[in-house]
Amino acid sequence: MKVPSERKDLLRIKTILFISPILFLILLGINIVFVGSRPPQKVNQLVISSIGDASFLNPILAQDSASSEINGLVFNGLIKYDRDLQGFVGELAESWKVEEGPEPVITFFLRKDALWHDGKGFTAHDVKFTYDKIMDEKTNTVRRSSYELVKKAEVLDPYTFRVTYKQPFSPGLESWGIGIIPKHLLEKEDINTTSFNRRPIGTGPFRFLEWVTDEKIVVEANPRYFNGKPHLDRIIYRIIPEAALNEMEILTRGIDYSGVFPFEFRRMSQVPFLKTYSQPGLGYTYIGYNFKNDLFQDKRVRLAFTHAINRKEIVQYVLYGLGEVATGPFPNHLWYANPHVKPIPYDPQKARRLLAEAGWKDTDGDGILDREGKPFRFNLITNSGNDTRRDVGVLVQRQLHEIGIDVKFELYEWSVFLKNFINARHFDACILGWGLSVDPDAYEIWHSSQIEKGFNFISYKNLETDRLWEEGRREYDVEKRKQIYWRIHELMAEDQPYTFLYVPLGISGLQKKFVLVEESPSDQKIYKPIKMETAGLMYDLIKWTVPKEIVWEK
Amino acid sequence: MGSFILRRLLYTFITLIGISILSWVIIIQAPGSPIALTLDPKVSPKIIAQMEKNYDLDKPIYQQYFLWLKKLFTGKLYSFKDGRPVLEKIGERIWNTLLLNLVSILIIFSLAIPLGIFSAKRQYSFLDNLGTFGAYLGISIPSFWLAYLLILATVKLFGYPVLGMRSFVTEDFTTVEIVLDRLWHLMLPSIILAIHGMAGLSRYTRSSMLEVIRQDYIRTAKAKGLPEETVYYKHALRNALLPIITLFGFLIPGLIGGSIIMETVFAWPGIGRLAYQAVLARDYPVVMTINTITAVLVLIGNFIADILYGIVDPRIRYQ
Repeated sequence: MKVPSERKDLLRIKTILFISPILFLILLGINIVFVGSRPPQKVNQLVISSIGDASFLNPILAQDSASSEINGLVFNGLIKYDRDLQGFVGELAESWKVEEGPEPVITFFLRKDALWHDGKGFTAHDVKFTYDKIMDEKTNTVRRSSYELVKKAEVLDPYTFRVTYKQPFSPGLESWGIGIIPKHLLEKEDINTTSFNRRPIGTGPFRFLEWVTDEKIVVEANPRYFNGKPHLDRIIYRIIPEAALNEMEILTRGIDYSGVFPFEFRRMSQVPFLKTYSQPGLGYTYIGYNFKNDLFQDKRVRLAFTHAINRKEIVQYVLYGLGEVATGPFPNHLWYANPHVKPIPYDPQKARRLLAEAGWKDTDGDGILDREGKPFRFNLITNSGNDTRRDVGVLVQRQLHEIGIDVKFELYEWSVFLKNFINARHFDACILGWGLSVDPDAYEIWHSSQIEKGFNFISYKNLETDRLWEEGRREYDVEKRKQIYWRIHELMAEDQPYTFLYVPLGISGLQKKFVLVEESPSDQKIYKPIKMETAGLMYDLIKWTVPKEIVWEK
Repeated sequence: MGSFILRRLLYTFITLIGISILSWVIIIQAPGSPIALTLDPKVSPKIIAQMEKNYDLDKPIYQQYFLWLKKLFTGKLYSFKDGRPVLEKIGERIWNTLLLNLVSILIIFSLAIPLGIFSAKRQYSFLDNLGTFGAYLGISIPSFWLAYLLILATVKLFGYPVLGMRSFVTEDFTTVEIVLDRLWHLMLPSIILAIHGMAGLSRYTRSSMLEVIRQDYIRTAKAKGLPEETVYYKHALRNALLPIITLFGFLIPGLIGGSIIMETVFAWPGIGRLAYQAVLARDYPVVMTINTITAVLVLIGNFIADILYGIVDPRIRYQ
């Protein structure tokens, strides 16, 4: 009697032990079969990849690019830049007028047909509310600086809004492009923590549908949009935190539109169903010389450095050719960049000559230039975690060594880099980049009043450019501003307070199935290819569509 | 046993307070600030100072610590990064991490223990050597690299996306398809997470098994004529599994401690990624709360391991 029960026991133990691997294999098999029978997608939608999740779907609180991009679809500003980034066109404001004077006044005449996504009408009270919330010290917003010169903002009637400035300040106009938030929904809420920031209600072409944390954010076409319902049914932002896998998702068509890294560009441009676009970005990378260091006070030294640094080589090897050599403090392709300023050529001979004029010669024959017994030696620093800057630094180090400069190149973690070196003004030279706004005003970076606490951390002081920067931000006339900024560009190119290295190209890939649709008078749909505008590829997003016959494709 | 548990609980509590104070000091002292992470010329220093004040960052460290505690227990603790309640942020991700880890632990235990027993039974056979080789391979291959390869291979073979927790469009899916889709997305990350653990645990089982079968009582059992199988699976196995059972205690913190690398590689919305992003953004409330939760779980895990020892092994007595 005892033996069979022993056997049963044994069998039980063995079953428990070995059944689980078998179950596991069965599950695996079911899954693989399922994958073969996946259904095709049937919606007219655009899937965009984003490397990070959004933070605030509230335009006055958002700082990161993912949030800003979605806010741009859900919310409208009063005005926005035109497709050439030169002037403005109305969004929530039908028109506006600027009265210049010692205290300029801007009056916005608002649209009467704009509706919030919940059906309530949009009025000037919403604009005033948005402004008040930005100015409220309790609001955790970094946008306040742009409005500090506003003297007062008033609602004249439900469709007229007026701003008075304390002094002429033309870059201020740009700041009214900020998304307007609804007063009726946020009045009684704590703006910093309200659930509105995750379920936004705006006036824009797309209304918010769903946000699954760290996975996706979905917006759908707003049928009552004042400029017409968008042709796409919806837009999905997928969060793909890893760049290499992003590429794979593009290849399996899990993503329709995505930014592309320079190293991926060649591969991406060979994908048959993908079209790649490129455009100079709003910013540049530079080497900043600390003027508090005697080494860099001499203009000839700075000029010699720029001559000695082969920026074409840097663009070719570090950016895979996807960039332009910078000529001054503005991106090359916009109206305020002076087209007559040519890049300083690579010329190590001239660099040596200039340094010799400044008294730097190799007297002891060790290959390093010296003056009064001191060798030309300095520290070049940048932040770690940015491979492009690291590679630039290594090339610069080698190129400067060729003309007899001994450069020590160091990398620091970003917050240490900022706190101990940049903000402490404690460095010789640094590699950094500026991302700029569309308005050319860069007073905070260059004016000598900004040496102490602002962003002029290289302590650059030039009375003539100081005056021009001041003038530029007081002038409202675009033609006159252009003259001012062209002059600044010339002066800066001559003075070389930075070695302006390059303007990187922004590259993106979009599936070819997307087209622009335009309705002809006879109600016929005309499809056109999507093209890159100065203001970006997505400028005409509400006209994008996937033509019917392609929508159903598997 | 009762007084032992009480004493242990007290120590655990004191340790917890120590851990939270220490990690608070370390986090606050790390360079960097949650405000103005980039150099933006349009953000003036004045505004940064105002925001620091809004976040209480201008107060002394000890005051900030008590404020954090107070806010945590009154439910008013908000993330700096997106203004959402910290517990809500952690809550919505904890299940994702739990699911992934649970599945991978299931795989580990269901495959590794049979594998270990099998290897021990046929020590130095070809299959045992193969197992040893496989285990060392599993331990030494970097999991992110293996993940890339597996993802590439899967995508090439099936052309079906593997990233994330589920397909991003599932409206026209039936319920069965939704479940299968979730399983499909679980498969790769859990297998990769399991490989490392499996390699370790199968070795552990093998050596534990080998140790037990050399014991006198096993020889006695064999000598009195019990069938080989019975000796092996009934008498030896039970004793060999004793140390492995206590491993369950240590698994508890591992269950919610997300894997930063796997979660990033597979775009899995879990705790590991949340913690990592919070550290990068100097989102102190989130970092601190995750730290504390992890500490609590580690302590609970140790506690349970201690108790389990006593339950499964009658030789151990608590005073």
